[in-house]
Amino acid sequence: MAPRDTDHPPVTRAMRATRGHAAEQAGIDRRRFLAAASGTFGALLLAACNSEGPKSAQSLLEFAEAKNETVERALLRHTSMDVPRASAKIAGQHFPAYYVSDSVPIWDESTRGLWRLKVDGMVKRPLELSLADLASLPRIGYRLDHFCVEGWTAVATRTGVRLADIAKLAGAQPGAQYVDFASFDDDYHESWDIDSAMHPQTLVVYAQDGHYLNPSWGAPARIYSPVKLGYKNTKYLTRISFLPARNGGYWSDRGYEWYGGV
Amino acid sequence: MKRHHAVVRITHWVNVVALTIMVGSGLRIFNAYPAFARKGGTFCCYPFAGRAIPANLTFGGWLAGARNWHFAMMWVLVANGLVYLAFIYLHGEWRDLVPRRGVFHDSWQMVRFYVTARKDHPRQGKHNALQRMAYFSMPLVGILAVITGLAIWKPVELSPLTNLLGGYVWARYWHFLAMVLLVVLTIGHIFMVFTVDPYSIPSMITGRYREDLSPEARNARPLVHLLPSSATKAPDGSARH
Repeated sequence: MAPRDTDHPPVTRAMRATRGHAAEQAGIDRRRFLAAASGTFGALLLAACNSEGPKSAQSLLEFAEAKNETVERALLRHTSMDVPRASAKIAGQHFPAYYVSDSVPIWDESTRGLWRLKVDGMVKRPLELSLADLASLPRIGYRLDHFCVEGWTAVATRTGVRLADIAKLAGAQPGAQYVDFASFDDDYHESWDIDSAMHPQTLVVYAQDGHYLNPSWGAPARIYSPVKLGYKNTKYLTRISFLPARNGGYWSDRGYEWYGGV
Repeated sequence: MKRHHAVVRITHWVNVVALTIMVGSGLRIFNAYPAFARKGGTFCCYPFAGRAIPANLTFGGWLAGARNWHFAMMWVLVANGLVYLAFIYLHGEWRDLVPRRGVFHDSWQMVRFYVTARKDHPRQGKHNALQRMAYFSMPLVGILAVITGLAIWKPVELSPLTNLLGGYVWARYWHFLAMVLLVVLTIGHIFMVFTVDPYSIPSMITGRYREDLSPEARNARPLVHLLPSSATKAPDGSARH
């Protein structure tokens, strides 16, 4: 497992600014731990709780994650569709913006040329799709919940192309059991199981709430599916690779659950 | 005769560990978004939105660590709970826990005794009426915690369940409230064990219990008649007060 360089899930600039504060808090907790260790059994129990737990438990946790993935895969249904509550308002400008780069990733055409979405790996016909190409493919829009690993939800209208349609267009081969979604947001990527990728609500999204994506929401295109937690849905998409094996991911390599199903 | 069967004693202590880790890791997960409102929306019923739980009450270190613990320990909690419930059903212990006719009257008498509005300890069997209510509601709230937990773990794949609970936001709230109830019941339980019947602690470890030291025999209220008096030493427990 890659070293954990952060205590946070997908971070914003604002959240990064609070890291120093978090470290201070950790220092206080360590002092409290020492104070409580000499105290009562109850205080000891409470203070001992602020840790990741014994290192020897890591293999058990990984075992549990593998078993949970089996359960989550068994629960996945292509007929289970996300339908937000009728009363739930579109988040609009309140929709959070997350990226791992130091600043909002923006595709600069003057240096990088025209943005294209590569579709490669175990496919009969590798593709390079421009935004215009994507917009000419069968368009589908859903009003969808977004489930963040942190516990918040937000509703947005997502418009784009079903990944299943793109897989068909490229001629994805039966051996491709995994899909990796790469981006130009530093080295951000996440790989998925093919079943989640072929869910009818898994979309290559280029518009949110009726407008082309703005940079803070992943322009020019992102993957989005309500059957995966937010961090699995790569923004600033550049490449979709159909693979025979899983390829980890930015947050999954840092200790977050790889499957991340909803 | 043991006061508690070995299965009850073992599941009790497994539950102590599992529940402690579930609550601690759950609070760490909660701290990643210590609020309930949907983004761009409001939530009526949580006045502490935005305030994190003190870190030394949490477990798991960071969000991913806490989630990994939470989703591993949930199986232990559920399996242990099922073993306990199956055992007390098959072995008959449920009769000591299910509220009997007059449980509210009996509970009221216990409350009156505890606030000294009544002098003598009400007659009881294995547990008093307040204990029965507490020990009966603990598994019920536990089941509620598991069901609401499933609803927020899989709000799309188990959407009928999540919708039944009012949607993801409300299901997450019910899950939080179930946790609060479990914690309140547990704190009350621990307080009463230490201030009324500390002699019951060995009975949950070795199973042995001295009836002549029971709260009824000692006429014990919280912190009152905590020590066995000479009058209570009669082996048959007849010399009460």
